[in-house]
Amino acid sequence: MLSIHGLAYSFEKEKPIFHGLTLDVNQGEFVSIIGTSGSGKSTLFKLVTGLLEPNQGDILIDGQKTGKRLGSVGYMPQKDLLLPWRTVLENVLLPLEVTKEHKQTRIPEIREWLSRFGLAEFEKAYPNELSGGMKQRVAFLRTLMTGKELLLLDEPFGALDSMTKRNMHKWLLGLWGELQKTVLFITHDLEEAILLSDRVYVLQAPGIKELKVNLPRPRSSQLIYQSEFLTMRKELEMLIHNEN
Amino acid sequence: MKTSLKKWTEDYGLFLLAVLLIVSGWEWAVREAMIPAFILPAPSAIWAALLENKQLLFEEHLPATLKEVLIGFGLSVIAGLILGVGMHFSRSIEKVLYPLLVISQTVPLIAISPIFIMWFGYSIWSKIAVTLLTAFFPIVVSTYDGLKTGGDEYRELLLTMGANRWTIFQKIQLPMALPAIFSGLKLSVVYCVVGATIGEWLGASEGLGYFSRRMSGNLQADSVFAAIFLLSMLGIVLFLLIGLLEKQVLKNKNRFN
Repeated sequence: MLSIHGLAYSFEKEKPIFHGLTLDVNQGEFVSIIGTSGSGKSTLFKLVTGLLEPNQGDILIDGQKTGKRLGSVGYMPQKDLLLPWRTVLENVLLPLEVTKEHKQTRIPEIREWLSRFGLAEFEKAYPNELSGGMKQRVAFLRTLMTGKELLLLDEPFGALDSMTKRNMHKWLLGLWGELQKTVLFITHDLEEAILLSDRVYVLQAPGIKELKVNLPRPRSSQLIYQSEFLTMRKELEMLIHNEN
Repeated sequence: MKTSLKKWTEDYGLFLLAVLLIVSGWEWAVREAMIPAFILPAPSAIWAALLENKQLLFEEHLPATLKEVLIGFGLSVIAGLILGVGMHFSRSIEKVLYPLLVISQTVPLIAISPIFIMWFGYSIWSKIAVTLLTAFFPIVVSTYDGLKTGGDEYRELLLTMGANRWTIFQKIQLPMALPAIFSGLKLSVVYCVVGATIGEWLGASEGLGYFSRRMSGNLQADSVFAAIFLLSMLGIVLFLLIGLLEKQVLKNKNRFN
């Protein structure tokens, strides 16, 4: 789905953030990237979405080395970035407006998604009337509506309190089976990374390490209390500290 | 009903009380201290002059000034929006125009107005030219600055959806600039009244500015004040009208935060 080979990038006159970075994401996979602040996670996303161009290396989406990547993946930034003057429904319609798709024919489908996201009664609400978790769900639905196979989620639950975050994990795990999407997910929460992902990449300048999460799906959020989860978590922490 | 009256009193009561005090103090001072009427007329005398000249003021001079203000404002809005948006879209336009616009505002109106008179004569266009020159600038600046507040994060989000510059302008930058643009419009409409009055002072055959100039020549201070009162009322009403329009348009847009 996504493969990155020998990627190098540096901001002007600064030392490179990546050098020879290589990673792959297969179709239908949920892959997390964890790393300390400043390790370039968000920069990596900007490179994949096409907001930035690499100094060296290739970024292949769907096996294609497209010249213009903008508009080829669904990107959900850290902040919800909902437009305050638009209702929930209007916000979710934004990607369709950008690509000039016919909105009316998609509205029944969107309504169904809204109710599945627990937002049915909030269709006409404005973002300032929603809770933090709801805003993230709206932003996620907006990302889905781009209709792209590959979704890049940049710390979508980073700003939520731990209880809301737990609920969002439960919700996302329940949804995962029917989504049929490929996700690349940034986080610095180790528990979250293991719970949600098939594989975890640890990004520590200038290299990258990989951990396979061998836990069966479908998963429940209760998984975090089980011993194989704790073993996995220990393994991940070892991986991080070995690097130092 | 009762609560709205209470709110109204809370909002404007203090102001009205102050006005009442000032006006009565003024009236008292003029009567008791015997200030000559051609230096400072009493409020009652101004009111009398207003009533005395009401036909002339309301049927001839106010409509003439209003026409200049409205045409001048309309042109200012068109010119201001085009220039502001143009500078937003093109760096070269911005680099060429911005200094010129600032220069245009440093030229003393009094000095340049004889030229307008030479070009446009005593027709309405010499007044509109002065009005336009005073009133378009706030709109340009507020439009240009407002469009810049659009936020890089939103822009990047739309770019990843495959949006072009025009779509980003339409969906994000313009709606976000609207509050700033309305501030510019409110400033501008008040400047329009000032501009039209200056234009009339410099050469006209009708309008409130012309009227007040003629009356000051006759040392009829009460009539001068009556015209000033009407001009100020005109400015206030136009300002409030734009405010009302702003409220309507931004009903959902002021949900920031």
